[in-house]
Amino acid sequence: MTTPDPSVEAAVARAFREEWGRVVATLIRTTGDWDLAEECAQDAFARALERWPLDGVPANPGAWLTTTARNRAIDGLRRAQTGAAKAREAVMLSDGAPAPIDDSGVGDDRLRLIFTCCHPALSVEAQVALTLRTLAGLTTSEIARAFLVPEATMAQRLVRAKRKIHDAGIPYRVPPAHLLPERTSAVLAVLYLLFNEGYVASSGDELVRGDLASEAIRLARTLTELMPDEPEATALLALMLLHDARRAGRVDADGELVPLEAQDRSTWDPAMIAEGQELVDRALRRQRPGPYQVQAAIMACHAMSPTADDTNWHEIALLYGELVRMTGSPVVELNRAVAVAMADGPEAGLELVDALADRLDDYRYLHATRADLLRRLGRGPDAAIAYERALELTATDAERRYLERRLVEVAGT
Amino acid sequence: MRYALLIWDEEKRQNEMSEDETQAQMAGYMGFGEEMGSRGVLQGGERLHPTPATTTVRVRDGEVLTSDGPFAETKEQMAGFYLVECKDLDEAIEVASKIPGAAYGSIEVRPIWEM
Repeated sequence: MTTPDPSVEAAVARAFREEWGRVVATLIRTTGDWDLAEECAQDAFARALERWPLDGVPANPGAWLTTTARNRAIDGLRRAQTGAAKAREAVMLSDGAPAPIDDSGVGDDRLRLIFTCCHPALSVEAQVALTLRTLAGLTTSEIARAFLVPEATMAQRLVRAKRKIHDAGIPYRVPPAHLLPERTSAVLAVLYLLFNEGYVASSGDELVRGDLASEAIRLARTLTELMPDEPEATALLALMLLHDARRAGRVDADGELVPLEAQDRSTWDPAMIAEGQELVDRALRRQRPGPYQVQAAIMACHAMSPTADDTNWHEIALLYGELVRMTGSPVVELNRAVAVAMADGPEAGLELVDALADRLDDYRYLHATRADLLRRLGRGPDAAIAYERALELTATDAERRYLERRLVEVAGT
Repeated sequence: MRYALLIWDEEKRQNEMSEDETQAQMAGYMGFGEEMGSRGVLQGGERLHPTPATTTVRVRDGEVLTSDGPFAETKEQMAGFYLVECKDLDEAIEVASKIPGAAYGSIEVRPIWEM
């Protein structure tokens, strides 16, 4: 045993974050076996913890890890002694000696992995779990905790997903051009869902599950590097950064939710906002508009305003109008109503909200928004009814407490 | 890989089709068969008689039990199937999407369990 050296341990931890997905993605391509790939990647990192304190951290940790994992895989296949394993071993050996890593080739492997994990023939739950496990390197138990399911359930979900990839013949590749737009939007949807799970937990008492949000940002960053010509990928990264920049201001010291207009803007992260804005500009310059670009532009509008009152609500209402046109989503229309209320007064907003009442009756934010507009119009009793309806539909403790405080306020009017 | 493409459709809708619609549907299937046949994808396929012609058989304790109709009542019924050889699921999905029935019913893509 060697004494743990903190700087080497930090180097391994950093390599894990940066290289795990790369190593697994390459091994899946060369072995065709997802479980073997994960196992060998794990072995390679364990080996790094043993060897690096003695030999020093290699100049190219990713290449060292890939080679080590690859050698483990060849050993494993050799031991398996089955026909299929022998064939695989032959393929891997014929690949040549442990070659230095071809950067673009390895990048393609990660892209293959993202597209395979987010294949629409897999359930969305499976897509999310696979992405976190194979690409981000989260353990089954971490993913289970993040999604509030028992570890055995999550393990089963991963096993089934990998079995389906194998049995149904889901290809390990970047889709051809004619499938690319549809598949890319599936990948973006998974990453955004992941981010939102981290950003607004839909249940439980922990409002900000920051780790998931950080993983989503890391994955979006990777995707942006791998698909630099895809403005929607760039815009999604921008959108995440612009949201996440406000993380510290969203919840106060007591864990209570703070609405946008009341947030202390000095808590917002200026570097993240600047990066987000630059990415929005870069995406928009490509002149291929899409829903993530519009959403990112809206967030940039918020982030640029020194105070809530200085916000250009007319511009935001127009952007939401554009987004409604692209998506046809009633939830987006609700957001437009909020912007219109800020720009033209609560009366105008309420009219739009009421028009959505039939379609969004089970949506807590419809009732919370309605309640807020009624409160601002001085219609206390109507607002109280709407707050109560919103409370019935809300599962997050911080949101419940926020709505309860408002309910007490209007009950006194 | 080989896949069975199972065509599910409402028999009720089939029964209510006009003569012209039936002709158009037939032409659609002929076209699909020709296209996929010349592409080398198609290995077989048949249209099935509707469920009133169906008999379900079970053997319990050595006894053969037969009953009228399909084993489960469903809104859509299996109307036919194709057996195709495709590179991967993406190709199977593309082929399935070209079956005329995909436009009104559903196509179930099932990989063949190769022995």
